[in-house]
Amino acid sequence: MSNSNEMTLIASKGTLDWAYPPFILASTGIAIGKNVTVFCTFYGLNLLLKDLSHLRISPQGNPDMPMKMPFGPKWFQSIDFGQRIPNIFWNIPGLELFATRMMKKTFKKNGMSTIEELREICIEMGVKFIACEMTMGMFGFSREDFIEGIEFAGAATYLDVAHNSNQDLFI
Amino acid sequence: MANQTLDMCGYACPMPILKTKQALAAMESKEVIEVICTDQGSKKDFEAFCNQLGHKLLSQRDEGNKIIFNIEKN
Repeated sequence: MSNSNEMTLIASKGTLDWAYPPFILASTGIAIGKNVTVFCTFYGLNLLLKDLSHLRISPQGNPDMPMKMPFGPKWFQSIDFGQRIPNIFWNIPGLELFATRMMKKTFKKNGMSTIEELREICIEMGVKFIACEMTMGMFGFSREDFIEGIEFAGAATYLDVAHNSNQDLFI
Repeated sequence: MANQTLDMCGYACPMPILKTKQALAAMESKEVIEVICTDQGSKKDFEAFCNQLGHKLLSQRDEGNKIIFNIEKN
């Protein structure tokens, strides 16, 4: 194994739940002394947008998602609705938003930081973010849509950094 | 006796580690920080954190649902 101190991550998903792992791993990587670069591509680009309030969870896309209510008596909170609700139910307009709101409540109740807070601390600690320029063009984003202090580049740039990394994760 | 105390009760992974890292950055070598948290996963995490960075985990004890770490900066 090399003695490289580089850690590289590919963030490819843009839902609220999947926004957590890249930010958690990147900030923790910095905390244990690594240089961390996150390449945000495809839906992962969402994680670098100025406004993150649109991020949602997708119960329909993740049929095994546990769905427990963050309020009410203990017996009620222990029911896993995810296992009981037919997937087609999530097609009803507004339910995805409701599920997102419940998920945010659950995160907060368990002492989890918001995505905005986690991203802030990542930047503060020096995580490098690269926005995939090709996907930006494809989805019709412009540089002004993104937060400041990030790099815009393509696959070759990422692979060049990842070449010297001994921890390379795809999320 | 710790030079500084960091109360991270109620915060989940990875905040206790991140805030400890930031607090340590502002401290001198051999100074001790006391971190209090309620995140049960942090027991293993602080060991790994100290292991990676060469800080000394002087002690770790439970007090009710709280876990108290004493870490000496390397």
